Amino acid sequence: MAINWFKYSAPTTFYGLAGKLIPWLAVSAVILFSIGLYIGFYVAPVDAQQGEFYRIIFIHVPASILSMFLYLVLAGYAALGLIFKTRLSAMMASAIAPTGALFAFISLWTGALWGKPMWGAWWMWDARLTSELILLFLYLGFIALHASIDDPRRADRAAALLAIVGSVNVPIIYFSVKWWNTLHQGSTIKFTGTSMHVAMQQAMFTMLAACWLYAAAVVLTRVRSIILERERNTAWVAELPEVKQ
Amino acid sequence: MKKTTMFSLLVLVIRRDLVLAMRRRADVLTTLVFFVMIVSLFPLGVGPEMAMLRKMAAGVLWVAALLSSMLSLGRLFLADYVDGTLEQMMLAPQSLSMLVLGKMTAHWMVSGLPLVLMAPVLGLQFDMSAQGLGVLIMGLLLGTPILSMLGAIGAALTLGLRGGGVLLSLLVLPLCIPVLIFGAGAVEAASSGLGIASHLSLLGALFVLALVFTPWVTAKALQISME
Repeated sequence: MAINWFKYSAPTTFYGLAGKLIPWLAVSAVILFSIGLYIGFYVAPVDAQQGEFYRIIFIHVPASILSMFLYLVLAGYAALGLIFKTRLSAMMASAIAPTGALFAFISLWTGALWGKPMWGAWWMWDARLTSELILLFLYLGFIALHASIDDPRRADRAAALLAIVGSVNVPIIYFSVKWWNTLHQGSTIKFTGTSMHVAMQQAMFTMLAACWLYAAAVVLTRVRSIILERERNTAWVAELPEVKQ
Repeated sequence: MKKTTMFSLLVLVIRRDLVLAMRRRADVLTTLVFFVMIVSLFPLGVGPEMAMLRKMAAGVLWVAALLSSMLSLGRLFLADYVDGTLEQMMLAPQSLSMLVLGKMTAHWMVSGLPLVLMAPVLGLQFDMSAQGLGVLIMGLLLGTPILSMLGAIGAALTLGLRGGGVLLSLLVLPLCIPVLIFGAGAVEAASSGLGIASHLSLLGALFVLALVFTPWVTAKALQISME
């Protein structure tokens, strides 16, 4: 049996598939969020060194991981769109950007909230914090460039090129910031190799999965809107039941 | 044969852009005056203590150089885009990357090189040591071309957009952070008695990387903007 791998690379078919997936993703995200928060707040023990404050990592760490991962996914879609000129890839890239920026922002915000009681300062020019901030700038640049070009095709391609240049730069920026920081002063706090409590791990991974599902649900919802907006003049959109009403 | 034509093309573009720049000298001077002004504003803002100024000097000069090079980037392709020359350049049988490299070089000679030459005078205002000044110049010589090359990508992407200037800075400044770090870091390393070789080598590596990739990426960006 020949499988058509490219069936869902067309906006026409993907629109329906995304519509079917979103409820499942959203519901499982809510369930996992509840489980993760329950374990995080009630089951996981108090940390010996950081007290209750450490519990913020249950949202901070997943948000940081996703903000970085989503940028890679964004750049991947951007590259696909630029190379194969597939319409859907560019739409996916522009749908991912706001969610990635949101996670980068949450990561910085929760990091600051954690830093105040732990380090005694809202902000440290630590390598990880600084590169996360620059990652947020890269997201904002992508969104701003896309928003300021009126022609959607040119916007897609220009933003895609920027995303690729940015992704090449991310490791360079990360290492330069790291070396810059170590030249000035050592990192104030390091996560030592102490093993985490099992309940803490469970809470963290559950929250990570929940954030992941949330991101997928939101991105698919957004890409559906983008598809409708871009293809509003086509016949298949006019025949959709939700459009006909 | 082919090599010489590529090279002569490069020289041709550089000469053309330099002549154009010399006909409009005010643009070149504005960038330079902007650079001098930003640097001179810092002591007014943070206070005249010499010990502090000496410590800040390299960072201030580098940030000012970064900002002033952003200022002139908007004009890199704009005039050619408006009068249609750019379209002709893209139709030309010669490599667009080479043309772009020529424009980058000319841009650096017009807006980067004057900053490098001006920097020691401003460094003296901040009471920098002779050794620190030397390292600063070396860093700027290696670093400002990278700013022009990275900036060209942004200039090509934002070509002909409304509010292009601010957008350009938003896109390019994050990409320039490594240059700032190693350039200012070299001076700091020199003043604290550490070796400067690592910083300058890294700047050199960035320079080579940018030299290889940015003309090609900028050419692609121009094609996207012009289609």
